[in-house]
Amino acid sequence: MSRPAGKSKLVRGAQGDWEVVIGMEIHAQVTSKAKLFSGASTEFGGAPNSQVSLVDAAMPGMLPVINAHCVAQAVRTGLGLKAKVNKKSVFDRKNYFYPDLPQGYQISQYQAPVVGEGKVLVDLPDGEIEVGIERLHLEQDAGKSLHEQHPTMSLVDLNRAGVALMEIVSKPDLRSAEEAKAYVTKLRTILRYLGTSDADMEKGNLRADVNVSVRKPGAPLNTRCEIKNVNSIRFIGQAIESEARRQIAILEDGGKIEQETRLFDPAKGETRSMRTKEEAHDYRYFPDPDLLPLELDDAFIASIAASLPELPDEKKARFVKEYGLSAYDAGVLVAERETADYFEQAAKGRDAKAAANFVINELFGRLNKAGIGIERSPVAAEQVGTILALVAEGTISGKIAKDLFEIVWEEGGDPRAIVEGRGLRQVTDTGALEQVIDEIVAKNPDKTAQAKAKPAVLGWFVGQVMRATAGKANPQVVNELLKKKLGV
Amino acid sequence: MSVDAATVRRIAHLARIAVEEGEVEKLKGELNAILGFVEQLKEVNVEGVEPMTSVTPMQLKMRADKVTDGGDAAAVLANAPQTEEGFFLVPKVVE
Repeated sequence: MSRPAGKSKLVRGAQGDWEVVIGMEIHAQVTSKAKLFSGASTEFGGAPNSQVSLVDAAMPGMLPVINAHCVAQAVRTGLGLKAKVNKKSVFDRKNYFYPDLPQGYQISQYQAPVVGEGKVLVDLPDGEIEVGIERLHLEQDAGKSLHEQHPTMSLVDLNRAGVALMEIVSKPDLRSAEEAKAYVTKLRTILRYLGTSDADMEKGNLRADVNVSVRKPGAPLNTRCEIKNVNSIRFIGQAIESEARRQIAILEDGGKIEQETRLFDPAKGETRSMRTKEEAHDYRYFPDPDLLPLELDDAFIASIAASLPELPDEKKARFVKEYGLSAYDAGVLVAERETADYFEQAAKGRDAKAAANFVINELFGRLNKAGIGIERSPVAAEQVGTILALVAEGTISGKIAKDLFEIVWEEGGDPRAIVEGRGLRQVTDTGALEQVIDEIVAKNPDKTAQAKAKPAVLGWFVGQVMRATAGKANPQVVNELLKKKLGV
Repeated sequence: MSVDAATVRRIAHLARIAVEEGEVEKLKGELNAILGFVEQLKEVNVEGVEPMTSVTPMQLKMRADKVTDGGDAAAVLANAPQTEEGFFLVPKVVE
């Protein structure tokens, strides 16, 4: 809360600069086979109401029984967020009426959540920030209402009703749309590393409620508005920017911000009020009498702690230390676990910096162009490793390596065999190269004269030799020979 | 602490219970009697005493993460006044 925004983060209004203060509530669907309190499936995309137990449908007399795996997943996430796990937590009923909530209440955790304070480190172009986690609690998801399918009625599907969610609440530590986007991205990375949520925003498995307020730098916190259910990282950024502008305009006009819930309309790129008529929320929380407190023992928490994977921050630090990568490159590689694994496999026993460069520039570029993820890359890490080895040995040049990569991408096969089969081996035979150089020097007396005064012209000669040899000349050898020939 | 007629109407609305205007006074009296009893209980010093959640020493029962239920949309929809293609149909609710 005390963290001031950098000068560049401030938003310019008509009457000076404003600071935007953002806190987020992220709802992440827990990865599990069955629901939080029933044995119905959590599978995505089932026929309507085909994954609903009588517990989820809130039939009279049904009792909830908690899914032990969902509890373990919440604890695992808490440990991954360097947070305090509460050995005793309580489930409460959050009461409200909506057609997709058959119970008339959501089972959630209010005063005693399963996980307490933690933190997330977020990388930004101008440095790292620490975002505080206020809490993490377990709760049930609601069903799904469809409003467009029928002229006068809404359709309700309860397949999602009762699926376990983790609500991860941040402290109001974020100061710009950029920071908020980077925070969600980092949180998603951590959840995926932990395997506790697939955090797939397209499937609605990660949704954000964004709390936004604005103030003069250093002033106390102003009234905030909550933007509900934003479902993409890009929209989170847009929603914050438009909401901040709206609030600044009101305040600069001498108005007051009303605390309210708003919705982001992606088509218009602005937020609008959601529940104007409704009285202030009164959820009348009370402990769920159907559920005893959730008590965890030290051994249980320790066993989960022992099974945690290497997390992105640790992996990044190791990549910097062990492989000598820049913090930036290491950050790019650890953003997805699959990418980090790919890199490590390609770099095994080879020049790690070259491997990082190749993965980030060549592989990522090609994957982007093809519009696919690394898990579907037609070039395996081993093949990239072989290409790197061929360069390191001096068998092929860096330029040919790119061509070779493209061949392997399109046709597959062993890179080493392709080099032999297609004569891609670079020419290091000084005799053959000298002959090529002599010809070029002879044909270009003006450039030859220039080279003595301007050593930069050497590069032009290297280019000519590479062209004459279809890129197969060894650039170091060419360089040395040229220097000797041209006397520079 | 006591409630007035407006609070009674508000509580009824939050619980979606229809209360006739003539019933408000009577309910107000009943609710205030309950609150009075709670006030009396509050006189007991419970500092440092954990809330009792069970009369016998029991632990929260847990289930394994296995799909053991569902797959019967017909049963789930059986009591619904209106359905269509496996969905519940309810009066339109749009934000």
